Amino acid sequence: MFVKQISVFMENRAGRLEEITGILAENQINIRALALADTSDFGILRLIVDSPDRAAAILRKAEFTVRENEVIATEIEDRPGGLHDILTLFSKAGISIEYMYAFLERKHDDRAVMIIRVEAAAKAVKILQDAGKHLLTAAETYTL
Amino acid sequence: MHKNDNLSPDALRALQTERLQKVTRHVYENVRYYGSVFDKLGMTPEDMKSLEDLRALPLTDKETLRLHYPFGMFAVPMAEIKEIHASSGTTGKPTVVAYTESDLRVWSEVMARSIACTGGTRDDIIQNAYGYGLFTGGLGVHYGALELGAAVVPMSSGGTQRQLQLMQDFGTTILTCTPSYSVYMAEQARSAGMDPRHSTLRIGILGAEPWSEGMRREIESAWDIKAYDIYGLSEIIGPGVAVECPGQDGLHVWADHFLPEVIDPDTHEPVPDGSDGMLVITTLTKRATPFLRYATKDIVSLTHAPCPACGRTSPRISRIKGRTDDMLIIRGINVFPSQIETVLMGIEETLPHYQIIVTREGALDEIEVQVEVNEKVFSDEIRGLEALEKRIRREIESVLSIAVRVKLVEPKTITRSEGKARRVIDNRKI
Repeated sequence: MFVKQISVFMENRAGRLEEITGILAENQINIRALALADTSDFGILRLIVDSPDRAAAILRKAEFTVRENEVIATEIEDRPGGLHDILTLFSKAGISIEYMYAFLERKHDDRAVMIIRVEAAAKAVKILQDAGKHLLTAAETYTL
Repeated sequence: MHKNDNLSPDALRALQTERLQKVTRHVYENVRYYGSVFDKLGMTPEDMKSLEDLRALPLTDKETLRLHYPFGMFAVPMAEIKEIHASSGTTGKPTVVAYTESDLRVWSEVMARSIACTGGTRDDIIQNAYGYGLFTGGLGVHYGALELGAAVVPMSSGGTQRQLQLMQDFGTTILTCTPSYSVYMAEQARSAGMDPRHSTLRIGILGAEPWSEGMRREIESAWDIKAYDIYGLSEIIGPGVAVECPGQDGLHVWADHFLPEVIDPDTHEPVPDGSDGMLVITTLTKRATPFLRYATKDIVSLTHAPCPACGRTSPRISRIKGRTDDMLIIRGINVFPSQIETVLMGIEETLPHYQIIVTREGALDEIEVQVEVNEKVFSDEIRGLEALEKRIRREIESVLSIAVRVKLVEPKTITRSEGKARRVIDNRKI
């Protein structure tokens, strides 16, 4: 039901992101999706990769501060209102979203995938399932 | 000039010896710590026959005071205490000092002598921009001004626009504050369209932080005044331990009250006049918290030559040339890296790598604490990290009583030399 996301603490310095992508490339780790949150001083890089455990270990070895989290990956229809439908479900249930980001699915050109982090994860999963939304498994997500 | 300002060397020595014997008996009888020091050495106060006999005693320092926190070093009952002050300790607990009625009289006297030594008189209007409160700067200058009979305006620190307004309206003639604040005030005056050179100010009595000859020239030319260095520390009495005269060549120590020694910080052997060493002071007349051989940790040199400029015979110390410990003075406030360490330990349970970076932006000192983010405290949400940053900042500020900037940095950002991190980077050009 959940997929593994790795988060990396980064200072806002030129070339820092490139160092991380370099390490991942060198180790043949494929980035499936990513999002960057930042303030004026620091940022958090959030990644969905094909082998999260290995990626986390490699980044730790390179002395990055890394954290693994579980997030929800759900399919949405790639059309106007597709995201709105899901947000309406959450809003009615009083679930607030910590953060979210999207990527497009390769297999179906009419679907997008939303990565969502909420506090009430179990409740959010149930609501999505009841509404007939497809939640991606870890394996599905990493090999999209 | 006070009668004790230009005693002959023999007369000063006789007075100091008599007072040393008296204060030694006082602490021996009333402070358990000193009683046991003498007992352990097999000495009694009667062995204190000359000033040199003092050298047999160990140094007293902030650590001694911390071990006897809060009132363990008091030599009189609370009924005789009139005022209590505190300054930064090296960790957690502050350094506590107290004053009896007679201590307050001594403080008033030495501060009045200090102001007079710079040329101040009862006709002056003294704008006192040292902080009033637990910090001894504000009240010390205040008492001295009252004793001298000058008019004192108790501004305390900050509120620069109002400082400048009242300075102009009142016709202030003496400004007392930290040297960096006097530079900042001049800058603010200029940006408000005032020419500080045209103010009524004639003297600045500046201290509580290290400064240089270069900074003196800058201040004197910015305000068109004479700027004098004043030295003191709460453990001895507060401001008024030593001050410059118009010769601006060393600070006259009021040695009838404060007996100075300069020693090698490692061997504790006395160093000759003119050589650098650690300043050690014995309070000869204090009643509430008298200290024998208090280690100031300030590096100075000492001279006993009479002053060619003002004729005072009291010994002179040089400007503070450094510290024997890692204490920083930020905007007049003593800051120890260990205080910041204690806060970080409290938040993270283990000590994260951190670094203190001190800069002087314009005239004011800024302090930034960089803390490496480890997995224990890393939140994957921005607000979690911002909350951490804020918590560290608030807790450090509440311990240090000054504003700091906290910056979260990546692991291994802070350079380590030989495996040990350099805790303090002082980029101030003083």
